[in-house]
Amino acid sequence: MTTLKLDQVSKIFPSTARGGGLTPALRKVSFELKPGEVISLIGESGSGKTTIGRILLRLTKPTSGTVTFDGKDITSYSTRGLREYYRNVQAVFQDPYSSYNPIYRADRIYDLVRSSYFPRVSDKEWSAKVEGAIDAVALNPGDVLGKYPHQLSGGQQQRLLIARALLLDVKVLVADEIISMLDASTRVDVLNLLVKLKRQGMAVLFITHDLSLGNYVSDRTIILRHGAIVEMGATEKIFGNPQHEYTRMLLTAVPELHKKWQHAPLAPVGAAAVTGAGAGVISQSGQATALARASLLDEITHAEQVVKRDLRAMFGGGRAVASGKSQVAVALEPPALHEFEPDHLVAEPE
Amino acid sequence: MSVRIENLSVAYRTARGDVTAVDGISFQIADGEIMGLAGESGSGKSTLGNSLVYLDPRMKTTGGKVTVDGKDLPIADNNAMRRRRMTDVSLVPQYAMSALTPTRKIGKIINDLLKSHKIQNRQEVTAELHRRLALIGLNEDVLSKYSFELSGGMRQRVTIIMSSLLNPSLLVADEVTSALDVSTQRAVGEMLLEFRDRGYIKSAIAITHDLSILAQISDSIAIMYAGRLAERAPTSVIVDNPLHPYTQALLNSLPEVGVRHDQVTLTGIPGRPPSLVNPPAGCRFRERCPFAFEKCTQTPPFEEIRPGHLVACWKVSQEQTAVTAGAGQEQA
Repeated sequence: MTTLKLDQVSKIFPSTARGGGLTPALRKVSFELKPGEVISLIGESGSGKTTIGRILLRLTKPTSGTVTFDGKDITSYSTRGLREYYRNVQAVFQDPYSSYNPIYRADRIYDLVRSSYFPRVSDKEWSAKVEGAIDAVALNPGDVLGKYPHQLSGGQQQRLLIARALLLDVKVLVADEIISMLDASTRVDVLNLLVKLKRQGMAVLFITHDLSLGNYVSDRTIILRHGAIVEMGATEKIFGNPQHEYTRMLLTAVPELHKKWQHAPLAPVGAAAVTGAGAGVISQSGQATALARASLLDEITHAEQVVKRDLRAMFGGGRAVASGKSQVAVALEPPALHEFEPDHLVAEPE
Repeated sequence: MSVRIENLSVAYRTARGDVTAVDGISFQIADGEIMGLAGESGSGKSTLGNSLVYLDPRMKTTGGKVTVDGKDLPIADNNAMRRRRMTDVSLVPQYAMSALTPTRKIGKIINDLLKSHKIQNRQEVTAELHRRLALIGLNEDVLSKYSFELSGGMRQRVTIIMSSLLNPSLLVADEVTSALDVSTQRAVGEMLLEFRDRGYIKSAIAITHDLSILAQISDSIAIMYAGRLAERAPTSVIVDNPLHPYTQALLNSLPEVGVRHDQVTLTGIPGRPPSLVNPPAGCRFRERCPFAFEKCTQTPPFEEIRPGHLVACWKVSQEQTAVTAGAGQEQA
């Protein structure tokens, strides 16, 4: 059993905004990814979903908490151990155009895999392996091999990157927004490919902000907000019976073909509201409109500012926080999760 | 009819000759109508939208006529267009995030815009600007910020306010919701509706590849394929009763909330759109169409099957003829 497990993982970034300070990107996130399982990690910009992916790939170090693969802490790997880890855990990212070097042919990504992992495999055997992998992602090797990235469509590029992971026979695939840049007509092909790989035993962490895509592919769903898990469990339970207010709000915002949004016209704006400055990011002036409320993104930036201010007040600036990990753990306490039903955890309102 | 487009063709000049990205398209948009324009990447939807506002030096019109509020829109004449932009036609560009210069504050950018359009009553317009910011819940201190200090959703809303500040007759909104989170998407979509309802914009073209957004905000939808229109109908008809095989395939490839892979297996559309450098004769969807037959080697007319429902497909027009003939016999 190859299980990837996060235990109380937190990450604090120094903020880049004016005024500095700290941004807690993850707050004590714990979950397990088992073989043959697809987990959707759903959240808006700034919810920490990409940070989780980066931590799993060892591109970012967690501030506290541990990530274990087969029971071994991934930060403890030696150079050789790390190579072995990357044989098992690979990623595909959102923008296929920037995953390739435009001056080389696209299939160079396979040559690089060969030189670092399979130097002793013969040419013939290797090309059979490459063609097999390309075939598995429903592409015709003759159509794509030897082409430059600009000669391939986004969907083809994305599938070639998945084929690269197949060459390594990975156990875990971190798929970070791999669908969002593709056309509707090719999206589904990539999704169905993930389903096929899962049936063959691969574990997939499907990071997305699109709830309908997440629902389509995944067995389990994790909803993130401000770096903490607000709801987690079997996908059909989360979508069928969402308990957290935030999850419900996200679901009502999803555009559906056969159901219209309830559009409430906005109240007229009086002169007082126009001149009343300094009301924070969200209008608090009584005209707190449907539009303003729906714009959660702004609310998140606002919430981050509040947390940062609290952190600064508690520890007096960045250095103190960085040196006192145990103190940070207190400040980052996420809302407690309780079991609503088997395999369905819900966080307390924040 | 506030906007009327007749037989518009737009080509890109390339080293290998002209590439016709918009090929003889005609449609009309009524006052107060938001028309959605959908299609795959490379279908020419952005080219169509952009050409109505700004024809960049790589593009040229090879025919057609555009009228807005009964007046000709000289889209090929950049100097004449300069006076029509913002008031008659206006664009929210595809990359609104990068449309705002990072070196000037938002308020300054808007001021420059008003100056360059020689707006006389600038104070009045500024007051209106503040009113609109308050309306959508943006604090007026965004005006003293730089674009990189705003979140993506705030930037997108600021660009829509800028583009519609002088109450244009036609607003072309190119992929305004595509890079946003679901909740912000909804806020921006509802903002377009609100601005239409309040008459800030008389009519709009919302360009996107996401049909489910269009189902929310548009009154009618036009589907574009390889430079031509495939189907145009009121939103409810396109969503519930599409006739063109391409529209049907596009809708079938959309996962809806609540649909899972073990219940329904969705299918994509095999193949790719044809190259526009040397497009094949006849129906351009032919290669990927499950219903293609001999007649499809001729170009199908874009004809009105039912009032307000136009389709370019031989199969549909044949079935339609059969139905009307059948009905005629029954009556006889």
